Amino acid sequence: MSDVVVVDYGAGNTRSVRAAITHVGKSSEVTADPGAIASAPYVVLPGVGSARTAMTHLNETGAATALRERFAADAPTLGICLGLQLALESSEEDGGVECLGLVHGTVVRLEAERVPRLGWAMVEPWGEAYYFAHSFVAQSPATVATSDGLSVAVRSGPFLGVQFHPEKSGDAGLEFLSQCLSLV
Amino acid sequence: MPLARLIPCLDVANGRVVKGVSFVGLRDVGDPVELAAFYSAGGADELVFLDIAATPEGSETMTTVVAEVADVLEIPFTVGGGVRSVRDASRIIESGADRVSLNSAALADPTLITAIADRYGSQAVVVAIDAGEGVVHTHGGRVATTTPTLAWAVEAASRGAGEILLTSIRQDGKRTGFDLELTSSVRASVSIPVIASGGAGSAQHIADALRVTDAALIASIVHENPSGLPGLRREIEALGVPLRPIKERA
Repeated sequence: MSDVVVVDYGAGNTRSVRAAITHVGKSSEVTADPGAIASAPYVVLPGVGSARTAMTHLNETGAATALRERFAADAPTLGICLGLQLALESSEEDGGVECLGLVHGTVVRLEAERVPRLGWAMVEPWGEAYYFAHSFVAQSPATVATSDGLSVAVRSGPFLGVQFHPEKSGDAGLEFLSQCLSLV
Repeated sequence: MPLARLIPCLDVANGRVVKGVSFVGLRDVGDPVELAAFYSAGGADELVFLDIAATPEGSETMTTVVAEVADVLEIPFTVGGGVRSVRDASRIIESGADRVSLNSAALADPTLITAIADRYGSQAVVVAIDAGEGVVHTHGGRVATTTPTLAWAVEAASRGAGEILLTSIRQDGKRTGFDLELTSSVRASVSIPVIASGGAGSAQHIADALRVTDAALIASIVHENPSGLPGLRREIEALGVPLRPIKERA
């Protein structure tokens, strides 16, 4: 069994996430198989595509149920970008989407000077700059880090979600990922 | 606001970096993968690869290059040149690129912008505009169209582009500074970020551009001395433009 299961929800780029996981010395596989997701030592829910498409895919494959099961069993999951947003209760994207509900809060359209919010920004209180590319943002009481006043990390039990892309954030991102994966 | 970005642009033809990269410390200056890793280590915030040959055979090669780059690079990268359909965009993004850059294909069919944005999100779609004398140009800047630059920028944004890559034809290759007036006017007309391109000859030029916009594309200034990138970043910061903190590797 691989150290990390990267959840496949049918959209785009899991290659960079896997490359970063390899870089920090862990093995990974990409799958939507509910059994593999439920039993993996660590799961990464990556961030590409739209909320509706992603949730439809997760529900149809049974991955959504598996993610809830592992959450209930206190098994660790990292959500990246859209992966963070999917863990909340609902999203405003695509006219409103019911999400996984692992973390209290909702996802709203970003109101910033420039949207999408693209580029490197400091994350506090962690004191590092990471790479962001998003048009939606969490509003959650489970917020554990912010950037420009926005919620960019949420934690609820074994789930940690980050709005930035650790796999695209150079050395700081790899260090972050390495700390997360030190659990396995 | 996110920090200003410095984005080296690599011209690629048939899988090889072309045009003026000179550095004795690299084993192979024509290898896009090695050069990408080198710029990443030197503090590039992002990279752009432009497929300047963009032939059907070249596209296949480019897909391979994209996958190889994605496996070694831990910063975002954009691929442009020869993206003419959703299928082209999918091929590139699913091989590991973060974003595609559209130029004449978007001008010919603006619905392409929306189609790619719907599938991969606005952040994955850059619209490149070659601008001169108030109008958009095609064919690498050689042919003027009748489309006004500002109107096209606004339309591209409204159709779902996540960023504008704006090249001043007048300044491109001259190394006498960016066209700040053009950059400011395009940026003021849209609410998406704008990358300034064309004219970087010094840290001062880049700092001036980053004071009026979100990112600067750089080419010859860094290609003729790839190991000078960390120094260039320090100079820009000394001129009062904060960039992301880089940990110097031992």
